Amino acid sequence: MQTAPQFFRHGPGPLARLLIFAMLSCLLIAEDTHFKYFPQLRQAIGVIIFPLQRIAYTPADIYDQVEKFITSFNLLEENIKLRQLYLERREQLLRLDALEAENIHLRRLLGAVQEIETTTKTKVVLAEIQYTPRDPFNHKITLNKGSYHDIELGQAVIDDKGIIGQITRLYPLSSEVTLLTDKDHAVPIQVVRNGLRSVISGTGKNNELELRYLSVNTDIQQDDLLVTSGIGGVYPPGIPVATVLKIEQDPMGDFALVTSTPIAGVDRNRQVLVLSLAQTESNDSHEMSTIGSGTN
Amino acid sequence: MIPMRCQQLDPERIKENNSIKENYLKQDMYVPAGNWFIATSLIIGLILNFLPLQGDLLISRPDFVALAITYWNVNHPYKLGMSMAFGMGLMVDVGNAGILGQHALAYCVIFYLTLIFGRRLRLFSLLKQAPQIGFFLLIMQIVIILIALSNGSALPGWGYFLATVTGTLLWAPASFLMTLLLKPKPDSNAL
Repeated sequence: MQTAPQFFRHGPGPLARLLIFAMLSCLLIAEDTHFKYFPQLRQAIGVIIFPLQRIAYTPADIYDQVEKFITSFNLLEENIKLRQLYLERREQLLRLDALEAENIHLRRLLGAVQEIETTTKTKVVLAEIQYTPRDPFNHKITLNKGSYHDIELGQAVIDDKGIIGQITRLYPLSSEVTLLTDKDHAVPIQVVRNGLRSVISGTGKNNELELRYLSVNTDIQQDDLLVTSGIGGVYPPGIPVATVLKIEQDPMGDFALVTSTPIAGVDRNRQVLVLSLAQTESNDSHEMSTIGSGTN
Repeated sequence: MIPMRCQQLDPERIKENNSIKENYLKQDMYVPAGNWFIATSLIIGLILNFLPLQGDLLISRPDFVALAITYWNVNHPYKLGMSMAFGMGLMVDVGNAGILGQHALAYCVIFYLTLIFGRRLRLFSLLKQAPQIGFFLLIMQIVIILIALSNGSALPGWGYFLATVTGTLLWAPASFLMTLLLKPKPDSNAL
């Protein structure tokens, strides 16, 4: 039997619908921020919107192509310049190799663990920043390379000056980087001047990092360079992270308030490097997982 | 009571009311919007939301998906379901790398508001609609902020609300453009 077409709309009214969807959203928000039972949901939606993101990216692609075409006219000059630069740097590199060999030798003499030797050798993937989300609440960027290009969770991302962040979400053809400035992100660091080790965390504000729990009498000065210490195995040692901007020593509190600015700039250049440490995780995989889990 | 009656009988007031009524009656009939047209507008909104902008441009970019939802609810109520708004929100959340469900809830809220107040809004001209749409956009952004705050984020600067301002400014031209696309084509065979 055929039913007559409906004259009036049936079903729950707008307010009821709003309440249903609000509840559903709240469940999703709780799931996403606390429990993380279904990471596949995000993956699936990510795959659906990927073509849209690609389309949105085409104007930038075309701009790149045009720019490439224009710069191709003075490629010859640039090539000569780069070759000179390469030769200059080559000499430094050779010295670095010698230093590294000497370092390993000395360490062996001292009987120290040879972690450093292996962790300085890294594999590098060049990626481009595809998209900076508008959300001021989370400091993340999207790269145009994903698990398909051998990128893995937890890898460090750097630019030509220093550390940018860490890969925290992986899609087949893109990946998400949590920036240093994200409020949930921490990097083990070392002060170059005196070798003091600490952990630097993001504050959720642009261009501001924070050294927490340093006592008031700690030896730290303005403009101190902070580099990664390599502890934890996520970041290779010796990469610049930040410079100390100001130190507030509040005599009432137990800890000094040390704010610093990151050295690398996300908004300045589009190309970044994704570093993966050589596979030596047998002895420090435990540490890696503990540090990595705090940042996810 | 007496001042109220006086107000109602005020001849200028009556004239104004009549002009609003006349304007409303003079509005064109819309071609019923096809589902494909609605879907395309939402997808274009998503693509515009995903444009790789930077700096000030990125901060002042209006939320195109919210504008599209608002347009359909004001001009063609009940053509769009709230589940669509919810789904769009989820996609924006994943694209934004934000909390899953944040924009979904915000879009559902603006969907509800525009559905309830949409018919009243149609009484006004596009320029007079704009500030009221701006108010809805502001409520939507406040919902987004509240969710982020509950998750422990810091308050964003005032610049965050630039998106509401640009959205308000964009309402009249965008709405006009959409209406132009939906105008009935003159039929040459008609009498």
